[in-house]
Amino acid sequence: MKIVKRALAGTMESSDIQIVVEAGEGIEIELKSSVEKQFGNQIRKVIRETLEKLGVEDVKVIAIDKGALDCTVQARVAAAAYRGAEIKENYNWEVIK
Amino acid sequence: MKNKIGREIPEEIIEKYEVYQGSFDKEILGRKASPKISRVKPGESKLIESLEDAIVKSGLKDGMTISFHHHFRSGDYIVNKVMDLIAEMGIKDLTLAPSSLTSVHAPLIKHIKNGVITKITSSGLRGELAEEISNGLMEEPVIIRSHGGRARAIEAGDIQIDVAFLGASSSDEYGNASGASGKAICGPLGYAQIDAEYADNVVIITDNIVEYPNMPASILQTNVDYVVKVDEIGNPSGIASGATRFTKNPKELLIADYASKTIVGSKYFKEGFSFQTGTGGSSLAVTRFLRNEMIKQNINASFALGGITKPMVEMLEEGLINTIFDVQSFDLVAANSVSKNERHQEISSTFYANPHNKGAAVNKLDIVILSALEVDTDFNVNVITGSDGVIRGASGGHCDTAAGSKLTMIVAPLVRGRIPTIVDSVNTVITPGETIDVVVTEIGIAINPRREDLIEEFKNLDVPVYTIEELKDKAIEVVGKPERIQYEDKVVALVEYRDGTIIDVIRKVK
Repeated sequence: MKIVKRALAGTMESSDIQIVVEAGEGIEIELKSSVEKQFGNQIRKVIRETLEKLGVEDVKVIAIDKGALDCTVQARVAAAAYRGAEIKENYNWEVIK
Repeated sequence: MKNKIGREIPEEIIEKYEVYQGSFDKEILGRKASPKISRVKPGESKLIESLEDAIVKSGLKDGMTISFHHHFRSGDYIVNKVMDLIAEMGIKDLTLAPSSLTSVHAPLIKHIKNGVITKITSSGLRGELAEEISNGLMEEPVIIRSHGGRARAIEAGDIQIDVAFLGASSSDEYGNASGASGKAICGPLGYAQIDAEYADNVVIITDNIVEYPNMPASILQTNVDYVVKVDEIGNPSGIASGATRFTKNPKELLIADYASKTIVGSKYFKEGFSFQTGTGGSSLAVTRFLRNEMIKQNINASFALGGITKPMVEMLEEGLINTIFDVQSFDLVAANSVSKNERHQEISSTFYANPHNKGAAVNKLDIVILSALEVDTDFNVNVITGSDGVIRGASGGHCDTAAGSKLTMIVAPLVRGRIPTIVDSVNTVITPGETIDVVVTEIGIAINPRREDLIEEFKNLDVPVYTIEELKDKAIEVVGKPERIQYEDKVVALVEYRDGTIIDVIRKVK
C-alpha cells in the first residue's frame, strides 16, 4: 500500500489518538503522548505493526496521543493509511485485534 | 535499606530519620514543645501599618521557619505576597512550613532559586512548583506530612515555627481572628490553630478589621502578636466553591453504588455510626446514597468528620447527623453553617488527626471513604505522585483517617484513560496497606486479606468481589502493561508517616 497524500484520522480528545500520515521513506514515527513514560514504546510498536500488516512501507506518521488504548491506535492508523492511499473499499479489518 | 513495607530508603536518610515500622509501632517519648513566653501590656497596640513592618517586628531572620495555612486553597494571596516581601528584604535560608501548598504558589519557584527558601515541609505540592521540585529544584528534600502528622510534628517540636503568618477573613485589633465573616470566607481555621498556639510569633493578616471582640474566634488574642490589615487576602472564588454539584458520570455513580452497598452491608452501618467522605465525584455520591439508606432504615449518624461539604450540612440540618467535626469547609454552605448550626463544630488539626495526643477524632471513625491515584496489590495507596512519577497531590488526612477508621474504603476507577489505578507497586506510598480494608472500583470490590471478618461478612453482598490481584489483572487487560517510571538517585521528597517515621521517598524523575 502506498501513501499518496497527506491524510488524518482521529481526534485530540481524551482517550483518542490523532494520526497524520504522509509520504516518506521507510516507516518514520513522530509521537507525542500524554502517557509517553508508561506507554510510549508500546504505542510506537502498535503503530509500526499496524502499518506493516497493511503493507505500508514508506510513510511518515505524526501522532498525538491522549491515552488511547491499543485498539484505538490500530483503528486510527488503519483509517489514516487508507485515506492516505486513497483506498475506499475492500478494507483489511484484520489489522484491528 | 528497605523499610517494613519494602520501600527502599537511602542510607543517608536512615541516619537522620527513623523508618516506618508499622502503623502504631513507633514508641513515643518526651514532652510537648512550647513557644517562647511573650507579653502584651495594657494599652499596647497590636495593629501594624504594613506587612513589611510586621515582618520586621516579628524579628524574622535568616535560617528561621515560617508557616502559613492553606484554608484559602487556590484563592490564597498571602503566601506569595509575604514571600515576595521577605525576598525584597533580603532574608534568606528560610524553612517554609505551611499546612499545604497549591497550584497558585508557583511564584515560590523564584524564591527557591534565589535561596530565600531552602527547606519546605507541606502536606502537598501541585502545579508548576510540584513539577520543578520533582525535577530536582531543591537541594534539601521536601518533607511531606499528613494533616495529623504536621500537628504531631509541631507539638513534638520537629517543626519549630518562628513566625506564623495567618490569614483570616475577619479579626479585631487584638487578634481574635475568624474565617466565618468578611469577604474571603473560608469557615473553620482548623489547620491554623496549632500554628497560633506553638509559633513564637503570630501575625494575623486580614482585609477586614472588626470591632473588639470578634467572637466566636478560631484564633485567640492570647496567641497573637500582631495584626495587619491588607487590601485583599484571597480570591473568594478560589477559596470555596459556591455549591457542590452531583456527578452524572456513570462510572463514578457505579463506584458509589458499590461503595454504599458495601457500607450498608457491613456491621458498621448501624444507629450512631460515624463517617467521613471526601470531595471527589464518587465520594459525594456515596454520601447521597447513604443518606437515602439512612432515611429508609431509620439510622442516624453520631458524627461526620473532615473537610465538610454541603451534603453533610444538609444531613445535619435534617437530623440525620448529630454532630459535624469540621477542620476545613470546602464550600460556602459548609463555611456558613459553622456559625449557624450549634452542632457544626470547628476542630483543630490535632483534634482531627494527630496520632500522638490523647485521642484524635479519627480514632472514633467507623467508616471513611478515600480516593487514590494508585493502589497496589499490597493495598498501599498513593495520593501524591502521578503515574509519571511527578508530584501532583497532597497527603492530607489520608493516612490519618485510614489508620483511625474501623472500615477504610478506597473508591477509584479501575483505569483512568490509559493509566491503571490498581498496580503491582505504587509509585509512592502515602498510606500503608495494613490500614486499608476495601478497594471499590466500577467492576467490583477487593477486600484486604487481613480482614477475614469482612471477607466472611461480604460473602452475600450484591457486589462482585475479586482479589486485588484479579482487579490489577483486569486493569492490565484493558490498558496493557505500563513501563516502570525511571528515576534518578536524587531524593526530592521524604514521605513522613503520621508518626514521624519515613514510609517512602520520592526521587527525581528522569
